[in-house]
Amino acid sequence: MNEPLGGSWNAGRHPAPHTPLDAGGAAEPAVLERLHARLVNAAAQEHLLDIAYRIVDTPIGPLLLAASEQGLLRVAYAREGHDAVLEKLAARISPRILLAPARLDRAASELEEYFARRRTHFDLPLDFRLAKGFRREVLNHLPDIGYGQKASYAAVAAAAGSPRAVRAVGTACATNPLPVVLPCHRVVRSDGTAGGYVGGPDAKRALLELEAAA
Amino acid sequence: MPLEPFERVVARYGPAVLRVCTAVVGPVDAEDAWSETFLAALRAYPRLEPGSNVEAWLVTIARRKAIDVHRARSRAPLPVEELPLPPASGTEDDGRSLREALKTLPDKQRRAIAYHHLAGLPYAEVAVILGNSEAAARRAAADGMKTLRALHQAGDLP
Repeated sequence: MNEPLGGSWNAGRHPAPHTPLDAGGAAEPAVLERLHARLVNAAAQEHLLDIAYRIVDTPIGPLLLAASEQGLLRVAYAREGHDAVLEKLAARISPRILLAPARLDRAASELEEYFARRRTHFDLPLDFRLAKGFRREVLNHLPDIGYGQKASYAAVAAAAGSPRAVRAVGTACATNPLPVVLPCHRVVRSDGTAGGYVGGPDAKRALLELEAAA
Repeated sequence: MPLEPFERVVARYGPAVLRVCTAVVGPVDAEDAWSETFLAALRAYPRLEPGSNVEAWLVTIARRKAIDVHRARSRAPLPVEELPLPPASGTEDDGRSLREALKTLPDKQRRAIAYHHLAGLPYAEVAVILGNSEAAARRAAADGMKTLRALHQAGDLP
């Protein structure tokens, strides 16, 4: 399983000393796993779990999924650095962040269906807090580009009400906090070439091919 | 430096907090104490001063929660007065008899040992939690260890 944070339970500054008193350590990982699950449940119940995250494996690599109580907040490619993405979420939204897969079950299964070509659009509550102003306006228009279709940056700019803001559309796509779910991969250059992508050119090509083959 | 995701705090300090809870109230109540500790810590976390000593902060909460959990179960007051019977045999009881022996020590000695030898805190931080000096914390741990060793040599510990 991919876990970006705290791979080792004993990663503290002070190494755990092996004195005669340090007894019963063998059962610890199982106990800690159980306690972690209990903490996640209690935190969710008391509305203290501001951001839940998990990592799902997909044909385009591991994707970090993070959700607030409102909805899906962030989808991140490995190349963005999952640790760095979580740190930014801590600074920008809240540091109350736990590895808590259950909240992301629906997003994970919709993504699985999408990659298996059994789903052509996402039906998930979304939290748009990470996008402001014109960028958010652009993101709102992305789902209008249907599955298997493509639109130029210029066409998206026009749809968002600012036909001359072609560059700003490029920026909005490059900083899309919810790639794949909000299909910025369907936005391409006017000459038909793919253009840049937050997940890298290979991921963009793979997504366009996946949808074209359906 | 801003606060890091709480998941990282749990991963890094979860084991030490469990050892502190276990040392103070034993393995059964330790899980309740651990849970109360991290839930309380999660609640207060966004207000924690960045750059704070997270470990000492958690251990302080853990000690309070462990005592709360113990009181809620209304068992004998801490510390336990009488020595437990030595275990009949084997290594399975080693951890428990050590914990029981720990409980017989005076409060400061027990905590100094728990924080330093079990939780891995340096004496300077143990002293902050105990409200004494680094030298006093070191002495308390050393005195406690001397008692435990004497018990061990007397055959009261495995």
